[in-house]
Amino acid sequence: MNQITNEPLDRQADKTGQDKPPLLYDACIIGGGVIGCSIAQALSRYDMRIVLLEKNTDVSEGTTKANSAIIHAGYDAKPGSEKARTNVRGNRMFEAWCRELHVPFKRNTSLVLAFSEDGIKGLAELKKRGEANGVEGLHLLDRSQLQQREPHVSPAAHAALLAESGGICCPYQLTIALASQAVQNGLDLKLSCRAGRIRRHQGVFEIETSKGVVRSKVLINAAGVYADEINNQLSTYTFKITPRRGEYWLLDKSASDVFKATLFQLPTAMGKGILVSPTVDGTLILGPTAEDVTDKEDVRTTQEKLVEILDTASMSWAEIPRHQFITAFSGLRAHADSNDFILGFSPDVPGLINAAGIESPGLTSAPAIGQELAEMAAGFVQAGKKNSYQPAYQPAVPFREMSHQQRHQAILKNPQVGRIVCRCEQVSEAEIRDAISRPVGAATLDGIKRRTRAGMGRCQGGFCTPKVISLLSDELQVSPLALTKAGGRSQILTGRIGQIDLDHKENTHHG
Amino acid sequence: MDERKETTQKPAADTPCLAPGSGRDIEAELQPPVDQVDLVVIGGGPAGLAAAVSAWDAGCRSLLIIERDDRLGGILNQCIHNGFGIFRFNEELTGPEYASRYIEEVKRRGIPYLCSTMALELTQDKRVIVVSPKIGLKQIQAGAVILAMGCRERPRGALGIPGTRCAGIMTTGTAQRLSNLEGYMPGRRIVILGSGDIGLIMARRMTFEGAQVLACLEIMPYSSGLTRNVVQCLQDFDIPLMLNHTVIDIHGKERLEGVTIAGVNPDTRAVLPETARRIDCDTLLLSVGLIPENELSRQAGVTLADSTRGPVVDQYLATEIPGIYACGNVLHVHDLVDEVSAESHRAGQAAVRWLEAEKKGLITRAVLKHHAVPVIEGKGVRGVVPQFIEIGQPDAGLDVKDKWRVGFRTDGVYKGGAVVVKADQKQILRQKKLIMTPGEMVLLDLDPAKLADDALKALTIEIEGEAEHG
Repeated sequence: MNQITNEPLDRQADKTGQDKPPLLYDACIIGGGVIGCSIAQALSRYDMRIVLLEKNTDVSEGTTKANSAIIHAGYDAKPGSEKARTNVRGNRMFEAWCRELHVPFKRNTSLVLAFSEDGIKGLAELKKRGEANGVEGLHLLDRSQLQQREPHVSPAAHAALLAESGGICCPYQLTIALASQAVQNGLDLKLSCRAGRIRRHQGVFEIETSKGVVRSKVLINAAGVYADEINNQLSTYTFKITPRRGEYWLLDKSASDVFKATLFQLPTAMGKGILVSPTVDGTLILGPTAEDVTDKEDVRTTQEKLVEILDTASMSWAEIPRHQFITAFSGLRAHADSNDFILGFSPDVPGLINAAGIESPGLTSAPAIGQELAEMAAGFVQAGKKNSYQPAYQPAVPFREMSHQQRHQAILKNPQVGRIVCRCEQVSEAEIRDAISRPVGAATLDGIKRRTRAGMGRCQGGFCTPKVISLLSDELQVSPLALTKAGGRSQILTGRIGQIDLDHKENTHHG
Repeated sequence: MDERKETTQKPAADTPCLAPGSGRDIEAELQPPVDQVDLVVIGGGPAGLAAAVSAWDAGCRSLLIIERDDRLGGILNQCIHNGFGIFRFNEELTGPEYASRYIEEVKRRGIPYLCSTMALELTQDKRVIVVSPKIGLKQIQAGAVILAMGCRERPRGALGIPGTRCAGIMTTGTAQRLSNLEGYMPGRRIVILGSGDIGLIMARRMTFEGAQVLACLEIMPYSSGLTRNVVQCLQDFDIPLMLNHTVIDIHGKERLEGVTIAGVNPDTRAVLPETARRIDCDTLLLSVGLIPENELSRQAGVTLADSTRGPVVDQYLATEIPGIYACGNVLHVHDLVDEVSAESHRAGQAAVRWLEAEKKGLITRAVLKHHAVPVIEGKGVRGVVPQFIEIGQPDAGLDVKDKWRVGFRTDGVYKGGAVVVKADQKQILRQKKLIMTPGEMVLLDLDPAKLADDALKALTIEIEGEAEHG
């Protein structure tokens, strides 16, 4: 990276080779997770030039893709906190938001389980806290009421708190839909574009990126686990974000109808507990653990924590079918040292808006945060709303969700609908091609997975990977050798058959 | 080889739907609504092809093979190594050659088939819902169904190997398809976890193509593949087979950079942390087990056995749902395609006998489960097929004079042991075996004459001798 000089950054670092200075945006969002994309979608309603910088090859590649996917009722957060306020507000907005974006949402309710007499008191306190936060539809259930609602719940559960407003969604589909709608409405989405050094010069933020300098009047920091690095370059009001890793197990669809509700465990001295929840995709999720790590990219799973999940989850579900596991994964929550969301204008840097420390219930809060911060940004540049606004892109109904009649008609119109590429999740060739060519389309195997579920089923891509590679290659007009799992150097293939790599041979020795 | 091109030129416009005799891919002819077909064979791999051929030869003229790939032959199409057909054809063929023998038999008889067609649903009353690009969605009412869907590979996620989720990790079957059918190399420095036959075959294949196969790890004290493959695919190329070893961690953020391996206690399979060491590699291929693909069977209400994860069947390959049969790797994972073919021929014949009996009104529930004798997995025996012997069907004409074949695996390596079959307490068969390993299925042929005993309650198969380790 260049040394900072007194010269405006664009003169030294803009590599576009064009004479005119780079575009001045009204707002620049750093981070393409659910928060950044929610803000972008809300901002794209305003008459503003906006840009979003995402360091990965796709939106939703960080915390957003690997969390519990729960829409929390709001009984958990401390009354008066930003978490509590935006959670309850976000929960009320969520269903309509998902409908507008054509992404799945299900109000499956939440249950907090207590495993002792003491726990019953704890549930009552939780209910009181929820009511203080403005949560409606909280009820205490005794054992028989609980068993009636969830016959497979462990008999060890004494009682439960029912939260009617608890729900589940698909965070990455949601985020992709937000990004697409924003792009359709003028967002300049820069993928594989990492923000580096930032300074504010004559009222303009100048952000060095891997694709040149970006200039903007407002800077919105939605950089997840990196939000401290963005803020602390500019503001004296510094904060620290600790990546807190959570590991998960995912079970096959054949276990999907075991529970209707998301089962939480009442936090005890032993820990926060592990949830067991259906997902909107019909699988079942167990997790998360909580472990502070130092590396902001360290999304390993570990033997120890994978065992811990099973041990703890078995309190809620006594007979976890271990042969039904299809995968394990982990994600990092962005935990702020203040233990609350950091939302709004920086006290000392005009035009800097933070959306930082967004850990749970951040997904639930996302629609509220997006709307509120977009209003702030628009107010700062005194922008009004646009007259027209493009509705969200609506992908074709997935094959697995069509009726038989719909399938037949759709195939007669487009034979690719009848070609099933991913057998486990019944994903058609038409869906995969659409996932690539749609706004904010997929360019990687993981991108296809998140948009279509191809490769997310019980065989985990064993059968469909070669077919998806050839479809990506065909639609993007690139060699299969250039295709990656998730960008960067994550190439799937290393060469062609018959081309022996001589350099490689010389450098190795047979043992 | 593209059988579609060759055959779609043939069909005559006046041929009635599903009519036999033209040896063709019929996708262009089928139209809604529901078709009635006596026998639907789900799967056009080696099991489905053999079942269809023998059903035809047993007199069935209304049958249909459903295949989801673009061509018949199943997994054999990507198995370009030789060693197939030694028992069936007395010669060593490659996978595609073996498949083409059966495909030719199907074509010669004019057995209709649908490629690029996936069976989405199967109901208990044998309605099959299929989908394909050319015919759309279609319901077929079958008189009888043969399940021949094969199996899939166990993925990493099912094992829960910890570590990162980078590129460079795939099952050996996926790597085999990429290299043999698509022409791409999955990696350069390769570690193989699991010593199943595909893992062994791919160790050799990748070596041929210039990759370095660093090791083949096996958590058990013995290889789960055939001995001939251990010799010809590993030993001949100096690839170490590390028994009692597994992968305990995966490293690399984007592409795989290495794996941590460790020894395990041979008795408990607990990891021995002091033996952990890292191997730098860019590819991890998994050959850690095959799972019969029984999603359709489950939908139809077919009972599955825990030990095979395939349908519970009797010696005629009949599941517990009348008229639904199963054969090949969907039933239990075989070592040799020759045995898949043999089993599937029996299933095809049995399904046709059942159809004939049903047409004559001879099938009633009472007759069907007249006298089902369980085959019990005794000491040392796992994954026995069939799980029941049906003794009481002479009235329906379902019984045959053939011997009844029973297959199973041992739970360890037995040298100089014997297999003993007991009808209740009475020993009816004892076979000495020089060596029995879990990687090689043990097959027995039982004499029906010795079992025609109305008082018989159970057959038990057990191993005499002690299992040894490592």
